[in-house]
Amino acid sequence: MKPFKRRRRGGITASFTAAEAHLLANLAGQVVELLRDRNGVAESDADPLAAQLGMGGPSIAPEDPVLARLLPDAYRADADDSAEFRRLTERSLTSSKVRYAEDLIGSLIDGGLTFGTAIEDESEDIEIELNPDAVQSWLKCLTDIRLSLAVRLGIENEEDVMLVAESGDEAIVAMSEIYDWLGYVQETLIAALD
Amino acid sequence: MGLVTTPTPVEIAEPDVDDIVELEDPWVTIVWNDPVNLMSYVAYVFRNYFGYTEEKAHELMLSVHHEGRAVVASGSREKMERHVQAMHEYGLWATLDRADAS
Repeated sequence: MKPFKRRRRGGITASFTAAEAHLLANLAGQVVELLRDRNGVAESDADPLAAQLGMGGPSIAPEDPVLARLLPDAYRADADDSAEFRRLTERSLTSSKVRYAEDLIGSLIDGGLTFGTAIEDESEDIEIELNPDAVQSWLKCLTDIRLSLAVRLGIENEEDVMLVAESGDEAIVAMSEIYDWLGYVQETLIAALD
Repeated sequence: MGLVTTPTPVEIAEPDVDDIVELEDPWVTIVWNDPVNLMSYVAYVFRNYFGYTEEKAHELMLSVHHEGRAVVASGSREKMERHVQAMHEYGLWATLDRADAS
């Protein structure tokens, strides 16, 4: 990866290897699938009108711990208020998060990412350029992916971050390396915005 | 950076009580610490969403980090609900509460 930087004419650019771009698209796709499992495909499509007309969503927090972190309660102490708030807003939040992930995947496709070919056949880097809206989607989707991975890694406090990196389990170490790399990607994006 | 773009049904349902609620019943938006979100990102969100100066955003981020939570906004319940929804869009862990309870 070549870190994010701001071009002189204002665009925010970065470059990923094909393997990195596939990984990002795959992880964003997993977030979409998870959110769609929660709501059903139709309701996950961005439809502000449906939300405005008061079509209620679920009022009970998701059992899945990843979804519970992506769609948290709004009231800490009042379960009834949380349920009502969730009923009115969760679908809108879910749709937004699906859109961020689709925007991220869309930027990679615009940058030349293709599916269905073996990665080793692709030598070209994926060069992306983000407008301000796409920057927001990237920041938010990278966060959603990192939150999802953190739940799967069992990261609940600052010490856990160190512990997973030193795990004896190769799968955990590999996932924790991806988690760290996503943090690096996001860090360079934020730095490019300043 | 704009506010939440999706309409909030709560606001439509109770359009007239906003000022009264604000005066008599102030609410707060609280952001809680989590080990995942980058310090730079949290400060970025406070700066760009709430419009805080770089210094204030940094100070609030450090409060979240060191004290486990920080009150980042106060006002009517409807407004705080919009802020919480926006924070959840950013992936920050936020809740709202009555000002006297927090």
